[in-house]
Amino acid sequence: MGPINWQTCFFFLMAAIACGAAIAVVISSNIVRMACWLVLSLAAVAGLFFLTGAEFLGAVQLMVYVGGTMVLLIFGVMLTARGPFVSMKIGAAQWVVAVIAAGALLTVLLQAAFGTFGQTQGKPIAAAGSSRELAASGNDVADAASYSPLGLGLIGVRIDRLAERDHVLRGGMSGYLLPFEIISVHLVVVLVGAAYLARARRRMVPRHWRGGEQPSGVED
Amino acid sequence: MVSMTELLTLLPLPSWIVLTIAGAIQAALLLVVALCSAVIFIWLERKVSARIQDRLGPTRVGGRFGWLQPPADGIKLLLKEDLIPAAADRALYRLAPYISFCATFCVFLALPFAAGWVALQLNVAAFFVLAVAGLEVFGVILGGYSSGSKWSLYGAMREAAQVISYEIPLALCVVVVVLLAGTMDLVEIGRQQEGWLWNWNIFNPFAFVTFWVYCTCALANTNRAPFDLPEAESELVAGFLTEYSGFRWVYFFMGEYAAMFAVSGLGAILFLGGWNGPVPVSQWLGLSVDPHGLGAWIDAAGNWATAHIGIHEHVCFAAWLGNLLGMCNFVIKAVLGATCMIWVRWTMPRLRIDQVMTTCLKYCVPIASAMIAGVLVWSFVFPSGVVAYVTAQLRPAIEHREAAPPKAPAKKTATKSTARTIPRGELGEGGGAGRSLLVYGTEEVER
Amino acid sequence: MSIFCEPVGLSHYLVVSAILFVCGVLCMTTKRNVLGVLMGIELVLNGANLNFMAFGSPAICGTSTLGLDGQLIALFVIVLAAAEAAVALAIALNYYHTHATVDVDRGNELKG
Repeated sequence: MGPINWQTCFFFLMAAIACGAAIAVVISSNIVRMACWLVLSLAAVAGLFFLTGAEFLGAVQLMVYVGGTMVLLIFGVMLTARGPFVSMKIGAAQWVVAVIAAGALLTVLLQAAFGTFGQTQGKPIAAAGSSRELAASGNDVADAASYSPLGLGLIGVRIDRLAERDHVLRGGMSGYLLPFEIISVHLVVVLVGAAYLARARRRMVPRHWRGGEQPSGVED
Repeated sequence: MVSMTELLTLLPLPSWIVLTIAGAIQAALLLVVALCSAVIFIWLERKVSARIQDRLGPTRVGGRFGWLQPPADGIKLLLKEDLIPAAADRALYRLAPYISFCATFCVFLALPFAAGWVALQLNVAAFFVLAVAGLEVFGVILGGYSSGSKWSLYGAMREAAQVISYEIPLALCVVVVVLLAGTMDLVEIGRQQEGWLWNWNIFNPFAFVTFWVYCTCALANTNRAPFDLPEAESELVAGFLTEYSGFRWVYFFMGEYAAMFAVSGLGAILFLGGWNGPVPVSQWLGLSVDPHGLGAWIDAAGNWATAHIGIHEHVCFAAWLGNLLGMCNFVIKAVLGATCMIWVRWTMPRLRIDQVMTTCLKYCVPIASAMIAGVLVWSFVFPSGVVAYVTAQLRPAIEHREAAPPKAPAKKTATKSTARTIPRGELGEGGGAGRSLLVYGTEEVER
Repeated sequence: MSIFCEPVGLSHYLVVSAILFVCGVLCMTTKRNVLGVLMGIELVLNGANLNFMAFGSPAICGTSTLGLDGQLIALFVIVLAAAEAAVALAIALNYYHTHATVDVDRGNELKG
């Protein structure tokens, strides 16, 4: 037995949490429990992002997904739940159909995962024998995926493609400026649209109030 | 400088045990910091509030100043019955306080206490801190919801609305400093402010305005008065805390006080020079990584002493002492910040919910956005920041493309992008003393 | 114990993302609560994102990686998912206002 690879250990830990929590989301019938399991699953996915060396994306996942989207979702759950712990169940027949379909999908995906890319073994991240090697490998990973190339990619400079000789591949240098602009406008539209959709329905003012019997300061 | 892990590798143990021990020690240290800050702030809150209200505060327990009041409080709360309401969702009700405390504790992972004294040096540390600090709201929401009480639910809803709203201006405030520093690494941001007082970020006009916005948003994000609507005792009994008692309640409170320390510590690093004192004392004494003057003597003495007990590894004692001094600076700044938060709490009346939202959306967000624009203009007028960065980063690529022949050369070369930190002086732009800039150069490597 | 000694390969990540994806699909099909369906969508998007990250990471794929594209597309997916969640929640709230429930099976007024 060789030395233990810590990256692998943490991967298995995070993967187990992510998958277990995802399965718990499917199984549990209480909507608030589902949301909690989903939070756990998404946080573990953020941990996996950290393990692939994408610290920025991991932090974005934590902030936008776990901190923003999920709080919004729980907010929605609270606003729409009539009883404190609402559960809506479906029949056993539907469960059977769903599980069969999902099982088939899982089989196909797993076959693809092991078949096509099974041989693609990455550059070994250092079998961390000592702490120094571990530190060195950690720095490598951190350097490879910092946030500045991402930012430059968004404003249209592809730092990883600058020296590309192939004309076709150098086309990738144009980066993601246009998608970035589109998504910015998209976000503004979504913000306004969501605020408009979710606005509070104003109650109709009873007709006799308008007649002047009631004080005029009543807000509708 | 030799880290603790490397010292531990000198022991005759397998590497995984060593790494586990090192990790456990670091985690325990951070936990002690978080808990101590909570305990001290609870005492401080009692004393400061007493002074503001013209009282004495605790005077009996443990002597004249009531030093032992927090432990006495803790013992009292431990002895209380742990009540769970009949209508509660039991599992979530039990879980919620731990979530709240863990999220706050995770902030301390990326918070540097001195140059390099940080559990996890991330290159996105500023962002990471914001992200995990925002997770505290989950514990509160779950606690409020699972209590099965209307007061708790209302408190939790208010908390969710408030924290989500205030996360935006808080993040914008951090972005201002990040733009100024050119990096999100908190250690690097702190290092850029070393030297005299005027090197601190707060002496930049835009960062100065941003600092006050940051203070407001930090107060709101930690649910301190005047933004303590989620636990407004006059209308909601105690908000999300209503049904909690005993030790679970203590967890929520420790989380709140640790969050105060974390937020004011982050503010100290971003705006108030971090671990650097107003006067560069440690530089005069030579207490840095490459020591001179007094520091060299300390180093020599320390190494002689460790060689005497059998450790022949070279240890930089001067830098260690300098860091200790820096940590004192940092802790003093953070405690002062927290004291100001306490002061504000006992001075200001509570805001209404519409006033809370107005403060966020009509004042904090626009001011922070304007400061971002201002900082961008600032960096173009004094182009030692963004402009030098982009030109230095594009120049080698343009030269490379002009120099390269159209056909593939005989010797294959590939270009690998590397990140390295070079002092600003090397770029010839003459930035502030000791400031540095993250520059991506392209570096030729032969296959 | 030997699995803990080898470095993590691409297929490890693909398996995790496949499980997340399938759980998401299962969640979308078996939940009758609008918000449950929404959570299924979030799981599916996360499975896809994990794939992008794995293919883009030089630590996992070696030299033949997506490079920055993987991370950038994952970033776009996260942002779009946030936008989608906001709009979907607004729709769910509207639905709740009109039907007084969040059961998707009740939304059958247009059924012929």
